[in-house]
Amino acid sequence: MAIRTLLLGVLLLAATSLCAAPDGAQLYGQHCAVCHGSQGRGGVGVPIALPAFLATVDDEFLFKTIRTGRPGRVMPAFTDLSDAQVSALVKHLRSWAPSQQVISHSDRRVKGNVSRGKELYGKHCAGCHGAKGEGGHGTGVTFSRPRELPVMPPALNNKGFLTAASDSMIKQTLMKGREGTPMMSYLAMGLKERDINDIVAYVRSFETAPLLWRPPEDEAPVLEMASPYSVEETVENLKRAIVGKNFVVIRIQTLDNGFVPEAKEDHHQVIVYFCNFNFINQALSLDPRIGLFMPCRITVVEQDGVVKVMSINPKYQSRLFNNEELDVPCEEMTDVYKGIIEEATI
Amino acid sequence: MSPFTQMRRVGLAVLLLLCALPGAAQELMMVRSPHSFPEAMLTLQSAIGDHGYTLSRVQRVDIGLTGSGFTTDKYRVVFFGKIDEIRMLTSRYPQLIPYLPLHMTIFAEEEETIVVMEDPARMANLVPDPEVAYLFRRWHNDVLSILEQVSQE
Repeated sequence: MAIRTLLLGVLLLAATSLCAAPDGAQLYGQHCAVCHGSQGRGGVGVPIALPAFLATVDDEFLFKTIRTGRPGRVMPAFTDLSDAQVSALVKHLRSWAPSQQVISHSDRRVKGNVSRGKELYGKHCAGCHGAKGEGGHGTGVTFSRPRELPVMPPALNNKGFLTAASDSMIKQTLMKGREGTPMMSYLAMGLKERDINDIVAYVRSFETAPLLWRPPEDEAPVLEMASPYSVEETVENLKRAIVGKNFVVIRIQTLDNGFVPEAKEDHHQVIVYFCNFNFINQALSLDPRIGLFMPCRITVVEQDGVVKVMSINPKYQSRLFNNEELDVPCEEMTDVYKGIIEEATI
Repeated sequence: MSPFTQMRRVGLAVLLLLCALPGAAQELMMVRSPHSFPEAMLTLQSAIGDHGYTLSRVQRVDIGLTGSGFTTDKYRVVFFGKIDEIRMLTSRYPQLIPYLPLHMTIFAEEEETIVVMEDPARMANLVPDPEVAYLFRRWHNDVLSILEQVSQE
């Protein structure tokens, strides 16, 4: 009886917490702080707590950004949150600039000359935002690895950005700039309002042929080949193939190493760890989360008298990160793995 | 089992369910620890042990990078698991071998620390066997709980 009462109490508590108004600070801590920092100062994600940023964006931009994310640009779409939860998050972000008046942008389209805007964009914007509006390189501010820029210039030719940003918001950002970032006021740079309108019209025109990120599909999760050699011979072949690909073998161990005493290790499951520090450094500078693949590893397994060589498929794994820039190194790694495995089993 | 223990377990299960629901679509599990790297690392190691897992190895990626002349902050990969479960799974489903033991990445970001792991529930894509689906689900819940411990003030 007492247990039932206690269980009922726990369930009631759970139900109350589900019905209560969402707590923006708690939601921020749960979903956003890991990338944007506890106080919104940035990290893997861009800094949000910049006063100049909060002053030029309206609540709708923040709401839609949380909802749609930035496909291929790290920021995921939080489709599982309720509208009330997203609104609570927006309110929490506003708490970082309590004295600021929250603006509301008109959704009226800015009229301008697209071809003239293209020319001006190429001259004034492409250097940071990319020739096709693809954005800057790397993740947000990564304090562990100092960068030249305090923020990653956002991708303007991105479905998430174009959905969230109104013409009016883009225009105001161009006119005022963003203090604390390299984004300068275009008026201060000598451009006229007409020039700015043309740039806005060009950015909006990205919608007609947007850059679309499609994570690799139909990739097998595992790369695998049978080896005609014994486990020991295959491991030796792997070592040679790894060095041949300009990687360094850093460790060879059984799969159960560290779990059982050395004498009881199963030598039918052997992992060869290897790496190339230059490659690691480049990948980490694109996205520090890529360390999940590190160090590189290939496993040699003997089961029922058949020796197999297998590894993860980085190309399959790349979709985890919602980071288009990782597609290329992940594809390169898949090719490296395939090359090594083929050479060791030929 | 005492009523108190039973209540705690039910409470934890409800809490995990509540925590799991909003983030269920995310395939990466990530938390930020408000603590510096050494402290967060200690908490992570002890949380892994508290949940009955063995920490088999820590790969010091940062040591290799700095040794090669690159600048980096603390960056490690922590391998862990339960050997009986790993043996059972790898004998039945060798395709899981490249994904085992389980591993997390832990790295410093200024005075705080970030921990990232691929959701183990994703392994169900490799092995669509309802007989072991419970195991991936339990790993998912255990990782949630470990990360929750790491993210505490």
